[in-house]
Amino acid sequence: MKELVIISGKGGTGKTSVTAAFALLADDAVIVDADVDAADMHLLAQPKILHEEDFFGGSKAIINQNLCSSCGLCIEHCAFDAISNDFVVKTIGCEGCGVCVHVCPENAIDFPKRLSGRWFVSNTRFGSMVHARLGIAEENSGKLVALVRSKGRELAQKQGAGLMLTDGPPGIGCPVIAAVTGASAVLIVTEPTVSGNHDMERTAKLARHFGVEALVAVNKEDLNPQVSAQIAQYALDNNMTFLGGIPYDKDVTRAMVEGKSVVEFSSGPATTAIKTLWEKIVNHLAAMPDPM
Amino acid sequence: MKIAVASGKGGTGKTTVATSLAWVLAQNGLSVRYLDCDVEQPNAHFFLKPEFENTQPVYAPVPKVDEQLCTGCGECGKLCRFSAILCLGSTVMTFPEMCHGCNGCALVCEPGAISYTGRLLGEIETGAGLGGVAFVQGTLRIGEAMAPPLIRAVRKNTADEQITLLDAPPGTSCPVVTTMEGCDFVVLVTEPTPFGLHDLSLAVETVRAINLPMGIVINRMGIGDDRVNRYAAQEGIEILAQIPDSRQVAQAYSRGELMVAGIDDWPPIFESLYANIQKILAARSKEPTP
Repeated sequence: MKELVIISGKGGTGKTSVTAAFALLADDAVIVDADVDAADMHLLAQPKILHEEDFFGGSKAIINQNLCSSCGLCIEHCAFDAISNDFVVKTIGCEGCGVCVHVCPENAIDFPKRLSGRWFVSNTRFGSMVHARLGIAEENSGKLVALVRSKGRELAQKQGAGLMLTDGPPGIGCPVIAAVTGASAVLIVTEPTVSGNHDMERTAKLARHFGVEALVAVNKEDLNPQVSAQIAQYALDNNMTFLGGIPYDKDVTRAMVEGKSVVEFSSGPATTAIKTLWEKIVNHLAAMPDPM
Repeated sequence: MKIAVASGKGGTGKTTVATSLAWVLAQNGLSVRYLDCDVEQPNAHFFLKPEFENTQPVYAPVPKVDEQLCTGCGECGKLCRFSAILCLGSTVMTFPEMCHGCNGCALVCEPGAISYTGRLLGEIETGAGLGGVAFVQGTLRIGEAMAPPLIRAVRKNTADEQITLLDAPPGTSCPVVTTMEGCDFVVLVTEPTPFGLHDLSLAVETVRAINLPMGIVINRMGIGDDRVNRYAAQEGIEILAQIPDSRQVAQAYSRGELMVAGIDDWPPIFESLYANIQKILAARSKEPTP
């Protein structure tokens, strides 16, 4: 089983639209939506949920006011300034380190595991899908990303699926690291803008840092052909496979408004280009040794 | 006044709105500071074109164990919730990249064998940008997982300007909350599509969780439908500005041009956006506090 993780560096380059299209084109892929703090795949996939479970991230401190003697040790030792002067822990701000629990002489501080989200296994017309919902303003998105990927892998193995397609988060921080480590390859979907180019380079360096092969595709390639060419050149210079581009096509958004992927909505230029990219990806993955 | 510009969904035009607003306010004679808190992918510098005068590395404290002093008691490993310090018999191993900097291990170490060294989080650059905007950006080191401590360090670079604009990362989790907390107002930039609306609704819940006043900017009007307008009306959230979709603007953006400085009908959009923020804040200050 192989896993392709689709990331972008910059948000809004069309990562999810491209992943959804690939999911429809793939024969036996398990889909994972690993963009857990702004998951959008379900809007196109309209999943029928088969199984759901709570996700408990880290713990957070709660001070029992009846036991608290107001000694102030917890405030003094909290490295995150997360305890107010009247001994209430700020939920947003508490890092879950447990130092206050340790220093409290009255044993007045509870440290329960916190319900931080929910994850789902669903049936969709794209195939089986594992997705999640991180609670509002919650931490530990990296842990939830790792969890949905491991559940996706279990499911793929059970179904004998040859591929897992993972829609990753933007950026290069904790959730992205959790999304790319151990993947067969990442596909960086970028756009031909100075920002898109800059963010693609940082994302490519991240993939290299974690020893994951990176493929590159440019969405809306005709917006700025000069920057598109720079991106292709960068890929070439850095031993990455440049797969090609997708032209700007209003049908992509029109399809999204209808809750569809562009490949099931239109046979326009975006659909044609996405099919060509997908063929190249299939061939590329087939040529890779199977590590899992 | 501190105004955070956030979005939920990435690529909706957060940086475009924030840089345009900064430039327009500076043109109107206000002193403006811009904090690029999207430290994973800072892009505002392409548009405000600062000349950086100062670069500072930012470190997070991580433990260092003096093996001569360590008795192998194992207390540090028991306390650490982040698997950053591990005790195997008399050997102590540290995993600096996992450390959150809580100081707990040093606190419980009786022989005082634990001191601190630094893990490079990234760097902060400062300088003057277009229109005299004071510009600060954080850039996360590639491979570093934790953005919030660097964002907190960026936010310390404040002065007494009249307006500070904070360009937030996408999403709804800790890096976004770290950027928005303590601000006076949050501008949420979205686009009129199903993805735009869905992620906007998550961003709205995030802002409500930290109890800040907010308003919405709809970018690329015309690409989708009116679902964001309907949502805003239903939730009672003011639409601060609507920016039409334009190929010309997208192309200028792709080249790193500050569009607001080159298109005559753009500055009024951002002047009225700011006036709408002031109106909302003025109305709030008249409300009796509960």
